[in-house]
Amino acid sequence: MRLTCPLCGDRDRREFYYMGSEDYLNRPAADAPIAAWDDMLHLRTNPAGLTRDLWYHETGCGSWLVVTRNTVTHAVLSTERVADRASGRKGAAK
Amino acid sequence: MADLFAKPVLPGQKPLTAGDATLSITDPGPITSIAAFPGQQARLAGKLGGLPAPNRFLTDPLRIWTGPDQTFLLGVPAPDPAPLAALAAMTDQTCGWAAFHLQGPGAEAVLARLYPLDLRAATFPQGHAARAPLGHMQSILARLEPQGFLILVFRSMAQTAWAELCDAMQRLEARARAGS
Repeated sequence: MRLTCPLCGDRDRREFYYMGSEDYLNRPAADAPIAAWDDMLHLRTNPAGLTRDLWYHETGCGSWLVVTRNTVTHAVLSTERVADRASGRKGAAK
Repeated sequence: MADLFAKPVLPGQKPLTAGDATLSITDPGPITSIAAFPGQQARLAGKLGGLPAPNRFLTDPLRIWTGPDQTFLLGVPAPDPAPLAALAAMTDQTCGWAAFHLQGPGAEAVLARLYPLDLRAATFPQGHAARAPLGHMQSILARLEPQGFLILVFRSMAQTAWAELCDAMQRLEARARAGS
């Protein structure tokens, strides 16, 4: 498996640390009900197909990436830096 | 304060030549990490005579891209922080890194055993740099010369990095001697 870091380019999977679902990016408001926090932290769908996960480019540039991939075909469809997303810069498509 | 003195990386370690490559410890001088604040990249570049693009380095003085909006300045004292205070965070990294110089026509083949990257001159020519793993170690790699690489690893891992590089060099040499 290989992932394309928008900054470093096409890299081996061993350079990356897997965090989990991109749901971790969507934090509820500080005063949101406890159910919303429970949802963000613990409740996940388990899709057969498109899934979006957070990966950290651990032995590379240190960027957090959102990786869109297909759990059925194992195809990696796109990668995007979380920082670019926040600042409105464009990520690189695979 | 106690009277501190700087110890070299791997004291007494002589350069090693095996096959077509020579590995040596090198002292890059002061190392300063310069991390631009959001949106200040262009102004910072203006103050520092340019900043390297991702996966590149600039020389005179040596400035290596080391991550998003982050550059290492090597070989010269840290710039005066006052004019840069609103533009970037600067940290002294001098004692945090061990630097190696791998030189020779066989250098690419040695690194091919340790880096999961295509480092041939066609794809990684002089002027290119990378954040990439040396074995399992975080490292900074730069092709300073056509056949010469600068490798920086965390100083605590200097001995491991030296051992890994020597091992790769000696195995390549043994294979060449065995004629396969």
